[in-house]
Amino acid sequence: MSDWPLYEVFLRGKRGLNHVHVGSLHAADPQMALHHARDLYTRRNEGVSIWVVAAVDITASSPDEKDPFFAPAGDKVYRHPTFYDIPDDVPHM
Amino acid sequence: MTEILELEQHFAETIAHERRVEPRDWMPDAYRNTMIRQIAQHAHSEIIGMQPEGNWITRAPSLRRKAILIAKVQDEAGHGMYLYSAAETLGADRADLTDKLITGRQKYSSIFNYPTLSYADVGVIGWLVDGAAICNQVPLCRSSYGAYARAMVRICKEESFHQRQGYELLMTMMRGTEAQREMVQDATNRFWWPSLMMFGPPDDQSPNTERSMAWGIKRHTNDELRQRFVDMTVPQAEKLGVTLPDPDLRWNPERGRYDFGAVDWDELTQVIKGNGPCNAQRVAHRKAAHAEGAWVREAATAHATKHSGFAPFSSPNRPDPGSSKVQSEVQR
Repeated sequence: MSDWPLYEVFLRGKRGLNHVHVGSLHAADPQMALHHARDLYTRRNEGVSIWVVAAVDITASSPDEKDPFFAPAGDKVYRHPTFYDIPDDVPHM
Repeated sequence: MTEILELEQHFAETIAHERRVEPRDWMPDAYRNTMIRQIAQHAHSEIIGMQPEGNWITRAPSLRRKAILIAKVQDEAGHGMYLYSAAETLGADRADLTDKLITGRQKYSSIFNYPTLSYADVGVIGWLVDGAAICNQVPLCRSSYGAYARAMVRICKEESFHQRQGYELLMTMMRGTEAQREMVQDATNRFWWPSLMMFGPPDDQSPNTERSMAWGIKRHTNDELRQRFVDMTVPQAEKLGVTLPDPDLRWNPERGRYDFGAVDWDELTQVIKGNGPCNAQRVAHRKAAHAEGAWVREAATAHATKHSGFAPFSSPNRPDPGSSKVQSEVQR
């Protein structure tokens, strides 16, 4: 069997939400991937919009570099609101 | 060497803290292989499971029942697809999995090797077989392997429809003629014991249970789940008005659970070995469907090639499961 390429499927559950990854499927081309994604992942109105992306076209961070790669965010506690001490009696803060 | 130890320790910590193992994480080969085998076997069960009920689509008693049955069988196909997709995140190859099924190198649930002799079987499969599947599958929503757990969440949501449509079908038949009630009782008689076998061999004959529990691949033992299923089902049978075919079945007030008779484990062994009533037929049917679909797959590929102006990329982007290259849900 000639292998159809793998597509990753992303669904917008309803208006106002982001597309979320739900799984993958094989299809001969992007249009077929879209139709299959509808049949496979939205049989019960789970989505109002679908993205399909060829899996080979996705670049992902590597788990080998998990610590160093995300390190820049690790030591910047001042980016969080809880870093700042504000007296309890200051209103609306 | 220390690197491997570090990886093993990181994996052990992930499991110990009930965090999920994700596709691109390092994992022991035995974990990966056990997981692939379990997911593949589950996927195959869904795909083969289309046959016993699909058998009745053309002979459904009404348009309503027909629409329901088509939707249900379509769900089984969908469940198979979710699961194959999860297996692929571990580096399994789809074509290879199909090949292993049709050449008998991977198994599927023994329950689908029993025939469906009347329309009441459709109801009893929904009630008992899908009921047993739900018992087995709900805990798997907490599987330590993330992609499998997520597939199980989707599946469990849909299984509830399967069980309820079956029970409703049976209630309808029980309100019908004497002949219809007999059909329901007969189907119950045939499917009760095979349903209990769906939970696998008794705990003292299930050598891998301990490791699978430690790895969060399994959450309860076979006997625990079987007992839970019996306790859930007995009151449903009473309500329905059918008798479960077990003279030893009775409430045990001390245990607060139902006692039930001994399962014929030799029968399960025989069915797993390939000697069930329908093993050969099920695999032959799947094999034929695959072969008869070859031209469709080829035509779609030709169409895609013609309209994109380049040959569709094929499999070389998928690395070997054991290689240092990574697999992920978004990049394999």
